[in-house]
Amino acid sequence: MDYFLTEEQQMIVDVARQITDEKIIPCRAELDENEEFPSAIIRDIAQADLAGLYIEEQYGGYGGGSFDIVLALEQFARGCVGIATSFAANALGAYPIIISGSEEMKQKYLPAVASGEKMAAFALTEPNAGSDASGIQTTAVLDGDEWVLNGTKQWITNGGEANIYSVIAITDRSKGARGASMFVVEDTDPGFSYGQKEKKLGIRASSTRELIFKDCRIPKDRLIGRPGSGFITVMKTLDKSRPGIAILGVGLAQAALDESVVYAKQRVQFGKPIIAFQAVQHLLADMAIQTEAARALVYQAAKHIDAHPNDMSKASSMCKVFATDVAMKVTVDAVQVLGGYGYMRDYPVEKMMRDAKILQIYEGTNQIQRNVVGQALNKEYTA
Amino acid sequence: MKIVCCLKQVPDAKNVRLDPKTNTLSREGVQSIMNPYDRHALEEGVRLKEKYGGTVVALSMGPPQAEEMLREAIACGADEAVLVSDRAFAGSDTWATTYTLTMAIKAIDGCDLVLCGKQAIDGDTAQVGPGLAHRLDFAYASYVRKVHSIQDNALLLQRMMDDGYDELKVALPALLTVVKEINEPRVPSLKGKMRAKKAEVRRLDAAAIGADPACLGLAGSPTKVFKVFAPELRGDRTMLAGTVHEQASQLAAILHSLQ
Amino acid sequence: MLKIDAEKCIGCGVCEAQCAFGAIEVVAGVAVVNDKCTLCGTCVDNCEVGALAIDAAAQGATVDLAAYAGVWVFAEYRHGALAPVALELLGVGRKIADRKGVSLSAVLLGDGLANQAATLIAHGADTVYQVESPALGNFNDEPYANILEDLIREHKPEIVLAGATAIGRSFIPKVATALGAGLTADCTDLDVGEDGNLLQTRPAFGGNIMATIVCPDTRPQMATVRPLVMKAAAWDGSRTGRVVELDPKHQRLASRVEVLSSVLSDQDRVNLSEANIVVAGGRGLDNEKGFALIRELADLLGGAVAASRAAVDAGWIGYPHQVGQTGKTVAPKVYICCGISGAIQHLVGMRSAETIIAINKDPNAPIFDVATYGVVGDLFEVLPKLIDSLRAQKA
Repeated sequence: MDYFLTEEQQMIVDVARQITDEKIIPCRAELDENEEFPSAIIRDIAQADLAGLYIEEQYGGYGGGSFDIVLALEQFARGCVGIATSFAANALGAYPIIISGSEEMKQKYLPAVASGEKMAAFALTEPNAGSDASGIQTTAVLDGDEWVLNGTKQWITNGGEANIYSVIAITDRSKGARGASMFVVEDTDPGFSYGQKEKKLGIRASSTRELIFKDCRIPKDRLIGRPGSGFITVMKTLDKSRPGIAILGVGLAQAALDESVVYAKQRVQFGKPIIAFQAVQHLLADMAIQTEAARALVYQAAKHIDAHPNDMSKASSMCKVFATDVAMKVTVDAVQVLGGYGYMRDYPVEKMMRDAKILQIYEGTNQIQRNVVGQALNKEYTA
Repeated sequence: MKIVCCLKQVPDAKNVRLDPKTNTLSREGVQSIMNPYDRHALEEGVRLKEKYGGTVVALSMGPPQAEEMLREAIACGADEAVLVSDRAFAGSDTWATTYTLTMAIKAIDGCDLVLCGKQAIDGDTAQVGPGLAHRLDFAYASYVRKVHSIQDNALLLQRMMDDGYDELKVALPALLTVVKEINEPRVPSLKGKMRAKKAEVRRLDAAAIGADPACLGLAGSPTKVFKVFAPELRGDRTMLAGTVHEQASQLAAILHSLQ
Repeated sequence: MLKIDAEKCIGCGVCEAQCAFGAIEVVAGVAVVNDKCTLCGTCVDNCEVGALAIDAAAQGATVDLAAYAGVWVFAEYRHGALAPVALELLGVGRKIADRKGVSLSAVLLGDGLANQAATLIAHGADTVYQVESPALGNFNDEPYANILEDLIREHKPEIVLAGATAIGRSFIPKVATALGAGLTADCTDLDVGEDGNLLQTRPAFGGNIMATIVCPDTRPQMATVRPLVMKAAAWDGSRTGRVVELDPKHQRLASRVEVLSSVLSDQDRVNLSEANIVVAGGRGLDNEKGFALIRELADLLGGAVAASRAAVDAGWIGYPHQVGQTGKTVAPKVYICCGISGAIQHLVGMRSAETIIAINKDPNAPIFDVATYGVVGDLFEVLPKLIDSLRAQKA
């Protein structure tokens, strides 16, 4: 369908598509198999000026909004959700600085992220704090001119690969949700180390790792925003980034659909290509309908978020739920269309199915997203 | 340093097919692309510029629509683009092509280094690079797979040979033809694409490069196509029938008898 | 200019369909040519009603064609040995020279040439022009081109042949450009036309069709010839010939390129040309993992692994394995092609194999036209079974 992209938006799509076709697709199976971080591709993305897509021009970026990054991520996800996740997590790590950081902080970190020289990561989850962020145990205590961090972050995307970590820690437990603050931790800071790299079902090209803070001392000015504003920054960050996760579902579903249709046209059974059978046709039709509907919703949500930065939550959660549920269903169906071949690693659809599952889980499970939508409805209908 | 990268727009040979019924070339779905080897030449030019400074000029001889490819070259890092285009160039063989390109390079005030792909995938002659080197009177190396450095006005590089490789020191000004192993070409960047959209592609026709009409196009080409034909086919083949298992056993028996 | 006779044109569209450049369109029942035309002549040859013609501007014949006589071959010599193609060139050169009733000469450049000249004579040369100098010890384009150019200017051969090797393809075009001579690259067939001109045949348009090239108005007629395509002339120790040793001017040996080292490397070498059995894979392998099957079969048969350009371009295997117009030429006893459709690009590199076995899903694949044995089937099903059968045979 024609979404009437502007010339500049079309250029973003074209650049991202070429990276996907020429750089990502040829090596995705190998990176998945070896659970290897896609450093070279992240460099290619930076060289093509896409690392700073969402960063303001004054800090060396392109100055695009959610919709622009969504267009690029859709292409990357069509190639590999593991690689796209690595790129998206970079943005997630930089958003807290963009949203709440001081001018000095922005000048210090954003140009390096925009040029691709440095990578960022976002550190929220802990062993006892997933959907319920109030379980955070990591603490930060001011000691003279330094904050001292102690605790462990879990399942941090880009862990061990990023140079800049946006970390949430409790600065005043007595204040509850208002007692959490965000900090920038650099990979070279004393007392900061990595735990083991996780072995995952899917998105195996991305790095998922533990971050360990043991009397980790950082300068006072690494605090992002005001003390106690950590949760607000986290919520805004996730609202802003969620369409970026939703679109991974769209790109992935599109890739699965593409593989399925191409296969169905060439696979002959009972003397006909299997696409000639209505049972297969209907499966493909549903995959196409759902994928297109998901795309339309995510695009629109991203545009809404760009236009209404103070009203992001509902649109953001709606598109995340829908598009990632679609991705799960469409990739499962793609394996079905390819039959036994689909189950084998010789074809890319089994990887797509493995990659899809995480989309329903990370950056807020789809159950949590439905809570958000439900709460928004409750609010809207209170006269 | 001024670097000229010679680029040719070619039909994407992967998709050119011979129609077995009519014995003619089918161009259905065939797109024009930048000659793949030339992409590596352009990339090397841009890398050398990034390392040693200077400008990269993308130069192509071809029909007006080659302008699109030159814009792609700008998006990939070229600073300027020049298209040498004239109906009078049609039918040029490599001799006439090197003449035309030489006159064009002189018309843009020469350069220090010319980079070409080792050959174009449509003609596969690999003759334009060396011919151009001769006409420009430049030092020359073919099949370059690594440029180590530029020092003392000379390139230190590695040339691929059939039985190994040679390490060479090539004085500037020079012309190199490059192989795919030399680098991994970048994809166009977003800023590059935007620049390419606005950039002016300089057009030069036969008069603008001061060419002698007798040396151009078909008239200026010593080689002529005498005839074009589909190759003869062997007619005595045996097709193996049966189930996959039977076919495999027959093949195994045939291989055994041949060994 | 491509001339289209609107009276004769019936608007059948054959020219439009076959033009590799999209240069012809049938508009209102008549073919119309646009700027994309390269004057390749394919349409002219295939127009059944003779409506198309290429109108070449009158050429000022400035070359005295009669002043040129004799056939020359460049005898490539490197790292102490003659390249096999040198003897193949003598084979084809001898035939052409005999047909034209002229002599056959070889040009031998290098350092420490010992009695290579005698070998060349035994294989068919009447005269060997030999230049021995330390400056020629390693291949260097500039002196090689200078010396060959000078010799040709002085002795005026009518035909000059060289191997389409890295060396031949590197410096012969410089010589041809300097002489204003036509040069045809990578020929797979040479013949003499009725008018006495050399007919030089090579694949064209990405190796999808064959073209015969002539150079009617310039001399010498120059060509590089694919290695392993021509048959070497047999050794005949009783043959006699003349060795002319030359001492070129110092400045013709100078070069702006210094060869710092010349390294023989096995890594860059895949012993395809020496293998008796070659197993080749193409686009039908789907991905680089497909080559595991090809390797397994090759290992079992004690053969070498080859690939089509499509497979190499896709990055599934390295360029040294490529067979075809832009890769190597092989002539093994058995060539097994798996998932290779059979573009001419590939065929020219392997069609002189004694036995060709083709496995392909598409019964209409052109590869079956050159095959000795054909199997229509999925290579992922056929190859594992074949491997099993061969193992069973061995056991």
